[in-house]
Amino acid sequence: MASITFREVEGSSLKYWLLFGGLGLFVLFGALSWNYMHHYGHVVTGMDNQIVWGLPHVFAVFLIVAASGALNVASIASVFNKPMYKPLAPLSAILAIALMLGGLLVLVLDLGRSDRLIVAMTHFNFKSMFTWNVFLYSGFFALVGIYLWTMLDRTVKSYSKAAGTAAFIWRLLLTTGTGSLFGFLIARELYGTAMLAPMFIIMSFAYGLAVYLMVLAAAYSWTGRALGDTVMQRLRYLLVIFVAAVLYFVVTYHMTNLYFTKLHAVEAFILRDGGIFTTLFWFGQILAGCVIPLVILLTGLGRQRSWIMIACALVILGGILQMYVTIIGAQAYPLDLFPGLNEKSSFFDGVVHSYMPSVPELFLGLGGVAVALLVTTFAVKVLRLLPESLDDATVAKLEH
Amino acid sequence: MSEMNPNQGSPARQQAAQTVESLQRRRFIGAAGAAAGLAIAPGVMLIEVAHGRPEEQAASSAVRWGMLVDATKCGTGCNDCVTACSTENGWTPVAESAHPKQAPQWIRKLELQDPLTQMETNLPMMCQHCAEPPCVDVCPTGASFKRADGIVLVNRHTCIGCRYCMMACPYKARSLVHEQLNDTQKPDVPRGIGCVESCTFCVQKVDRGDGTTACVEACTASGHNALVFGDMNDPESEISRKLREIPTKQVRADLNLNLGVRYHGI
Repeated sequence: MASITFREVEGSSLKYWLLFGGLGLFVLFGALSWNYMHHYGHVVTGMDNQIVWGLPHVFAVFLIVAASGALNVASIASVFNKPMYKPLAPLSAILAIALMLGGLLVLVLDLGRSDRLIVAMTHFNFKSMFTWNVFLYSGFFALVGIYLWTMLDRTVKSYSKAAGTAAFIWRLLLTTGTGSLFGFLIARELYGTAMLAPMFIIMSFAYGLAVYLMVLAAAYSWTGRALGDTVMQRLRYLLVIFVAAVLYFVVTYHMTNLYFTKLHAVEAFILRDGGIFTTLFWFGQILAGCVIPLVILLTGLGRQRSWIMIACALVILGGILQMYVTIIGAQAYPLDLFPGLNEKSSFFDGVVHSYMPSVPELFLGLGGVAVALLVTTFAVKVLRLLPESLDDATVAKLEH
Repeated sequence: MSEMNPNQGSPARQQAAQTVESLQRRRFIGAAGAAAGLAIAPGVMLIEVAHGRPEEQAASSAVRWGMLVDATKCGTGCNDCVTACSTENGWTPVAESAHPKQAPQWIRKLELQDPLTQMETNLPMMCQHCAEPPCVDVCPTGASFKRADGIVLVNRHTCIGCRYCMMACPYKARSLVHEQLNDTQKPDVPRGIGCVESCTFCVQKVDRGDGTTACVEACTASGHNALVFGDMNDPESEISRKLREIPTKQVRADLNLNLGVRYHGI
């Protein structure tokens, strides 16, 4: 097998520092947003006692799900022994760590008492899926960190497969945990199902790969390194499988719900009568997030790199909107305390809850995205994560 | 001539005088004792009745506090239980809040209507003090907890404001404190910005030995008598007697959470 030379990006150009500064600016906006929310309380957000988890959770959960998915490219290399993916693995691992960091930051900074993070790290209730997630997230950082180390340090290279396998199993557990945050809730009709765990796993495959592809293409384009079509086309078809699988899970989930009379009203809310949520579901999650990317990737358009990028961007957009519908749509539909009866109260029982995200919430979420990208941008400058060339000839040598 | 003491004289007279004095003293001691007894007894009786619990004594699982809501007696348009709760526990009534959607509401009046029969029902809704509380299950830090006597509470000092309990509660019983609290806070009802809170069954009153809650007192005072609070484990308590006599239901009984609040007439 041919060897691949990994090299840091120079990172001294104006373009690099503009990117760095731009991302840094968004991190700063995120920090200011947190400070504002923390100082005045959640009263300055669009969240209330009806919509208790808002836009920050949408970003946080998306980033956490995408983080575990971003690791897939590395997993394919070391767990499933596909040589073509080996040079792609280090970026995959660092992106996984960076996205997880961004997502977790948003999650903890949106706490009502984010200053009590230490309490969350020292007081545990092992019946809580949140507690399990604290360990799953920490373990993810540790395992992916070790995995990255085995990829970068030749002296420990022999442990790479073991570390990669451990990280792969862990990321499956982690996304099971993320899906189960919702799957283990009995109160709301759209939650409380084991479907959410595997559905989140398959979503992580798609979202993570879409993010990976965009970062990879951007890194190679902006540094002037060669990125051949072999890599892009292989990943293109992988994305097709993942996006199609997401669509399959979403259809199965809603079809199952539609079979149960008690869920007809809430399904009608999401699929037909839910206003913004119905629009976001059909035009965002399904059309933009699944159907259009599939059309692009499966037709001749998918041979052009710019169209692959558009497909990836749509998968990411669809993913964020899917989280919006999953997290906020499910809360917008009122709790059914007395099935069959109309309910009215001063606490907004029996009415569909509206939600308008505030500017600080948006910037806190974007701050998480910026942290993830900033960490990646910095990491490729200081670590040898990217192969000097991924042109078709180099990649072809790997396969033989 | 020496002065004569009337009590001095023959031994027989002396003895008689002493007997009279002794009787008077006894009467006095008896009367004083009776008066003291009369003064102390009600206090002793009250302690017996109220079961006030010393601070160092833990809540006991021998007791299970619960509430019976008779929706057939609950007054349409009456909000006395809500007002009393707000006054007792120091949360601002929603009508006075600048942010009604974000204002905490520990208890609310729920108006129900059957769309088919037009039958209307009124009832107060609050934390149902489940024996198997989903909020306690999901709380990452253990801040949500159930006391041995069945009261579900939030530890104000370990709540991190993650709101997972609010996502988990099937009764929409919990609120997040969204903004800085004004000075309406009560010394025995700790609250705080960024923390989640809900009905405590007036735990401060229960622990003081009042044996009732603010909403129940208000409902009784209004003459509706729709609420009864008491120990569901004590077969002789009023609530236990009533629960034996009239049919009651648990809200979302399908979830099998074994609620501390039971409803009649729903």
